[in-house]
Amino acid sequence: MLRYSLKRLLSLGLSLLAASAVIFLAIEVVPGDPASYMLGINAQPDTVAALRAELGLNVSAMERYITWVTGMLTGDFGVSYTYRTPVVDMIGDRILISLPLAIYALTLSTLIAFPAGILAASKRGSAADVSIMGATQLGVAIPNFWFAMLLVVFFAINLRWFSAGGFPGWDKGFFVSMKALTLPAISLALPQASILARVMRSALIDTMNEDFIRTARAKGLTKRQALWRHALRNAMIPVLTIIGLQFSFLLAGAIIIENVFFLPGLGRLVFQSIPQRDLIVVESVVMLLVFAVVVVTFIVDIAYAAVDPRLRGRS
Amino acid sequence: MKHLSIKLAMASALAITAGMASAQTMDITIGLQLEPPHLDPTGAAAGAIDSVVYANIFEGLTRFDATGAILPALAKSWTISDDGLVYTFNLQSGVKFHDGTSMDSEDVKFSLDRARSEDSTNAQKALFTGIDTVEAVDATTVRVTLSAPNGAFLFNMAWGDAVIVAPESIDNAKTSPIGTGPFTFTNWVQGDNITITKNADYWGTPARLDSATFKFISDPVAAFAAVMAEDVDAFPGYPAPENLPQFEADSRFQVLVGSTEGETILAINNKMPPFDNVKVREAVAHAIDRQAIIDGAMFGLGTPIGTHFAPHNPDYVDLTSQSNYDPELSKSLLAEAGYPDGFTTTLKLPPPSYARRGGEIIAAQLREVGITVEISNLEWAQWLEQVFRGYDFGLTIVSHTEPMDIGIYARPEYYFQYDSAAFRQLMDDLNAATDPDARSAILKSAQRMIADDYVNGYLFQLASTTVANANIVGLWQNAPTQATDLTAVYWND
Repeated sequence: MLRYSLKRLLSLGLSLLAASAVIFLAIEVVPGDPASYMLGINAQPDTVAALRAELGLNVSAMERYITWVTGMLTGDFGVSYTYRTPVVDMIGDRILISLPLAIYALTLSTLIAFPAGILAASKRGSAADVSIMGATQLGVAIPNFWFAMLLVVFFAINLRWFSAGGFPGWDKGFFVSMKALTLPAISLALPQASILARVMRSALIDTMNEDFIRTARAKGLTKRQALWRHALRNAMIPVLTIIGLQFSFLLAGAIIIENVFFLPGLGRLVFQSIPQRDLIVVESVVMLLVFAVVVVTFIVDIAYAAVDPRLRGRS
Repeated sequence: MKHLSIKLAMASALAITAGMASAQTMDITIGLQLEPPHLDPTGAAAGAIDSVVYANIFEGLTRFDATGAILPALAKSWTISDDGLVYTFNLQSGVKFHDGTSMDSEDVKFSLDRARSEDSTNAQKALFTGIDTVEAVDATTVRVTLSAPNGAFLFNMAWGDAVIVAPESIDNAKTSPIGTGPFTFTNWVQGDNITITKNADYWGTPARLDSATFKFISDPVAAFAAVMAEDVDAFPGYPAPENLPQFEADSRFQVLVGSTEGETILAINNKMPPFDNVKVREAVAHAIDRQAIIDGAMFGLGTPIGTHFAPHNPDYVDLTSQSNYDPELSKSLLAEAGYPDGFTTTLKLPPPSYARRGGEIIAAQLREVGITVEISNLEWAQWLEQVFRGYDFGLTIVSHTEPMDIGIYARPEYYFQYDSAAFRQLMDDLNAATDPDARSAILKSAQRMIADDYVNGYLFQLASTTVANANIVGLWQNAPTQATDLTAVYWND
């Protein structure tokens, strides 16, 4: 188990280094100068030059890359060109919304998907199965931003139960903040739950056809007992993979939902920073998201080993 | 008297039943589409900064009022020498910055000198370059000497870029701005909102609101939902004109449609063939149906213009008929210029909807007369690089939102590259003239000259649209500068 974990950890480090180089290169070649953007169309050339100097844009790209990477190792991501505040503070504020939102959505999605998937698999072909499959088909097909708008029209504009968006801040209280995240979390969770339920169902059905389940049945377990005691755990590998992917997606991919609900999360930070050519913010957030994805993959790999002893033995 | 007491009794009964409405609302939530990058108006062009701080937090020597007229602000009066070179400002006395330090002539000198210094990062440095010296005569008197007469100097000092700041606090102004205005900065939740609070020690007429929150909502659909759900009380620069009829029909809301300083033009690269031929530019002007663009791209909001000047300005000359929609004339002009079969050029469009939507319509209109355009959609950063600095464009659509900016036609290196010695002479005359009648006459000639030269295609003046709760009083209908002046805003309930 330890050697397995160490090997995974090494590949994690290498992935991050490679990612930092790719991100930096990809973003540096984008045309456009943050200083000109900030000063607009009446600015004089000498003013732009003065601002470039102030922002430290006059040094070579290589130098800036090295400063950036070595800075990140010590937790210093640099200072935003546009906002002039340390990037690490900006990310810190935003992640306090994005991370809880992702966890909230993933929890909802799992809470819906597990019972639905298990029910559909155990009653395969029944009315319950057909309606769950129908509903999840719809859930996969509906774009989440459109679903989000429907939620806003219904719950914010018509019923007035929720605000149309925005985030009061955690200092205003846990429940107020969670309430503000509820509609976004539901709109993020529904498509994810649909996918997860379908994966859960098919993984369970596949497992239920395996020889070891037949053996279990032969030694006298009911179908239900076999499912709960043996099939469920074996069906978890594909389900964990999907949950891992979904978490990364929810953390990085909530840009559109954050815009619909005007939540100041990481996605919107990137969305604002790209047109402003606030490159250092874009690079740092993307790097952080890569880091999150890589770490989640690492955790999922470890979780595989936890649910499947064969993976431990192999290493 | 009896009548009055009955009224009072009724009012108090109403107040009790109305519960929430009993106390007058003293705070307001303003929706804005763009979040400011930071809060120092002297260090960036972003209009979003002025939308929060202008007149609320920071003040200059002079200021714009709701109609665009220049009023005294921190300077309570001034005298101008006969040669137009020396401005002596008498400052308001007893003015304090929000950190408690006093505002005096040294702060004015500091602010003006800082804006024109070598390492200044003021986006409108040109406003200050005509200043030769600034002297603090005594605590409330400042003498500014110009190197040449400038009839627009008091106007220039009203810009958000010319506000008075203090040397003690300017270094932190980007995140915690300290000004002299009727509101003080309280808090900024980046990405979400900015709160300002009434300044109890304000030197002038105090604000009527206790506090205001600016909430940033970039998505037009989200803006609609936030206003409808009454999460925001007012939304200046409301981004979805297609929803306005719905708000007009709803008694909860008022819709204010006014004018801005934004001349929206089809800018032409005057140095690039075939546009270096005035006949071709004239042909482009006649190929454009302004009303179709206003209706199609702006949902009917916007005033047609025929030159680079705001129609609400008293000196405006209506020259729209000189470039009326006449595709036949356009075709014959193209034939005269040697392009009977038209030609192909580029149309580069920045992100705002006036450009993207308007660009599609203009492309179709130009196609009617034989001009084929290749449209490319650019981000602002790309637009600045390719079009503005690289001159790599045939046509582009931009709204020039700076007030009184006809002077850009006197800069041959400015992106549309209009190079006319006669026009430059006019602008020199304008700067030298201080007599209002003489200035007015020169401004009118200037408008005619650029219309006669068909420098650009003049489309329309951008409208300002504000959706607000019907009970709010005192919001600006027009937008003579980028500002959300809350100094006179209150709830009528």
